Amino acid sequence: MTGAAAEATAALPELLRAHIALSGSAIAIAILLGLPLALWAAGHRRARVPLLALVGLVQTIPALALLALFYPLLLLIGGALHLALPALGFLPALIALALYALLPIVRNGVAAREGLDPGVLEAADGVGMTRRQRLWLVELPLGAPVLLAGIRTAAVWTIGAATLATTVGQPSLGNLIFSGLQTENWIRVLVGCAAAAALALVADGLLALIETGLARRSAWRVRTGLGLLAAGLMLALVQPDRATAPTVAIGAKNFSEQYILAAAMADRLHAAGYRTELREDLGSAVAYRAVAAGDIDVYVDYSGTLWANVLGRTDNPPAAQLRAELADALAKRDGVRVLGPLGFENAYALAMRGSRARALGISSIADLARAAPRLRLASDIEFLSRPEWRSVRSAYGLSFAGQNSYSPTFMYRAIADGSADVLSAFSSDGRIAALDLVTLTDPKHALPSYEAVLLVSPRRAHDERFLAALRPLIGAISIDRMRQANLMVDRDVAKASPEEAARWLLRPAPAPLPAAPRSHSP
Amino acid sequence: MKRHGAQAALDGVSLDVAAGSFVALVGPSGSGKTSLLKTINRLIEPDEGKVTLAGEEVRTLPPASLRRRIGYVFQAIGLFPHMDVAENIAIGLRLTGVPPRERQARAAELLELVALPPHFAGRRPAALSGGQAQRVGVARALAPRPSLMLMDEPFGALDPVTRDELGRAYRALHDRLGLTTIMVTHDMSEALLLADRVVVLIGGRIRADAPPAALMRAEADPEVRALIEVPRRQAERLAALEQRT
Repeated sequence: MTGAAAEATAALPELLRAHIALSGSAIAIAILLGLPLALWAAGHRRARVPLLALVGLVQTIPALALLALFYPLLLLIGGALHLALPALGFLPALIALALYALLPIVRNGVAAREGLDPGVLEAADGVGMTRRQRLWLVELPLGAPVLLAGIRTAAVWTIGAATLATTVGQPSLGNLIFSGLQTENWIRVLVGCAAAAALALVADGLLALIETGLARRSAWRVRTGLGLLAAGLMLALVQPDRATAPTVAIGAKNFSEQYILAAAMADRLHAAGYRTELREDLGSAVAYRAVAAGDIDVYVDYSGTLWANVLGRTDNPPAAQLRAELADALAKRDGVRVLGPLGFENAYALAMRGSRARALGISSIADLARAAPRLRLASDIEFLSRPEWRSVRSAYGLSFAGQNSYSPTFMYRAIADGSADVLSAFSSDGRIAALDLVTLTDPKHALPSYEAVLLVSPRRAHDERFLAALRPLIGAISIDRMRQANLMVDRDVAKASPEEAARWLLRPAPAPLPAAPRSHSP
Repeated sequence: MKRHGAQAALDGVSLDVAAGSFVALVGPSGSGKTSLLKTINRLIEPDEGKVTLAGEEVRTLPPASLRRRIGYVFQAIGLFPHMDVAENIAIGLRLTGVPPRERQARAAELLELVALPPHFAGRRPAALSGGQAQRVGVARALAPRPSLMLMDEPFGALDPVTRDELGRAYRALHDRLGLTTIMVTHDMSEALLLADRVVVLIGGRIRADAPPAALMRAEADPEVRALIEVPRRQAERLAALEQRT
């Protein structure tokens, strides 16, 4: 077995457990909520249309957006009620998925009730059944096949959609898929997808067993199906024993450098006797709010990002001054501690292929502004909506012939295959040198400084044991070493996992970069 | 009295049924005969007026326990498709908590009573013919030993031979068990041949109320006359056909 496959399968049991616990609970809640709702709607013709429209509307929201929406919503609700609601992780994922599973359950519930033979219902009343007896003796057994079909649809959807829970900091099989996509580690993606698909098939099969059991009045089928489903869910809901060591949550955004740094922090914390759990693939805004709310304990962010996005500042002081002011403001406002700079910068920069830049005579963003109307921009997904882009655009009067957003990996593909001319690069990205890209200078200083800084949640801000475990990282990572570590993960051949790159990064003496291929296939 | 919008489905109907009698409610479609029947076991609530059963006003009784005292047989039969014949027959007993062993014994008794072979107990309703299914329907209504039977077009969906056979078989049961039966039918000859008393409803009002023989002789109003004339003339034409051969 290759290293990547071994690593993916080692992570599998815990992620599978988390995935089952989440999707199973969401389906259970949707059933407990959806069946009474369907029953009620079947009896109230006027309520039925608006109710079905409402649960249908929830379905039209993309699952990813629905999950993301619950983060600010829960913060707001928690704030208004003065409750410490966990806005990240299990709760928002659970609510979003349960809402998502509601539609097929309610719709089929109503259909099941409508499909019943009126003669049979009249007979039920005629022999003197109470409403409760009619429900249990007639309506539920006769409606079961249609009802179960709805539950099966909901189960398959929910198990699939639960992979997206990764983006709100809830571990799931999506961890393998998302991090695999970002680092182009297709084995991870494949393991994640296969596990999710297998889980969906098993759940669907057990529900099908219950369905045929009900149809054929075979008690063992119903019992086996229900028993195995319940046992699986119970097993998954039992948390692994965590009492022995304190657990800290490490956050990471959705690119290789963040995975590597998160793995490096995890290494340091393990050495200090902590258990860690990883909340990866967080959006920029979510990550900061998560550390402020204590949903994660530590993560790495970039000074310029915090300056512009969190503090809303548009001025551009020198790096050291910016960092000092930032540390002050975050500590005062949110109690978040800036532990210190890691020693490298990962700035947003505009970059072009070297040959193309030379041919067009472009070396600065000011030069670029003249040629931009004939050029196309490839950016990462966040860049075009960030204040840095607005600032650089207005400072230089940039206007491109076209602009497209990509996930970072595919952004580099776009420039390599010529579908874009300019890209929003990250200065610590190993692919800048590997792809023969040049970064354009910024004579008007429109882009702020982006020192990587370590942020600690208010809860851990004065925990000396915790801080001592992380301090050795401060000032210890040079831009060259970070670029090399990033390239180890991002390159197409002889890829390393983020964990391997992190171990390489933490080695005391700078080691030579393991042999990397010089040429890049597009 | 029951109103559907401005039009009263039943209007000023007053009927007193003696214990042990077999009353047929006859009338064209929409005459209100089914509505009248269903006010007795509260499947329909009247807007005005009252129904009393053995001295008690039915409105004051909980519907479920009222209905368990009254047998109800209707055209759609409504056997529970997920239960076998014995379970269907004994459902009324199950609702009141009679233990399974007793229910089984009672179901076997009733199968015999409605002239179905004992091995039908384990069959599903889907495997029965229309006549067999309605025999089970009658058995289900009789299982809790009601004294009053309400029948809404009970044999309306059956072929003529089965219909005649089942009608006569039920009439025999009525006599043997000392039941009180109120049967709704739109078939005047069925009413005349089975019942002790025929009540004709037209437009929500009682237009005739007499024993069959008296009804045949009486100078009733023209609409009632027309209803009786149909089977009478059919009988005469059939007799004429017979003589010609």
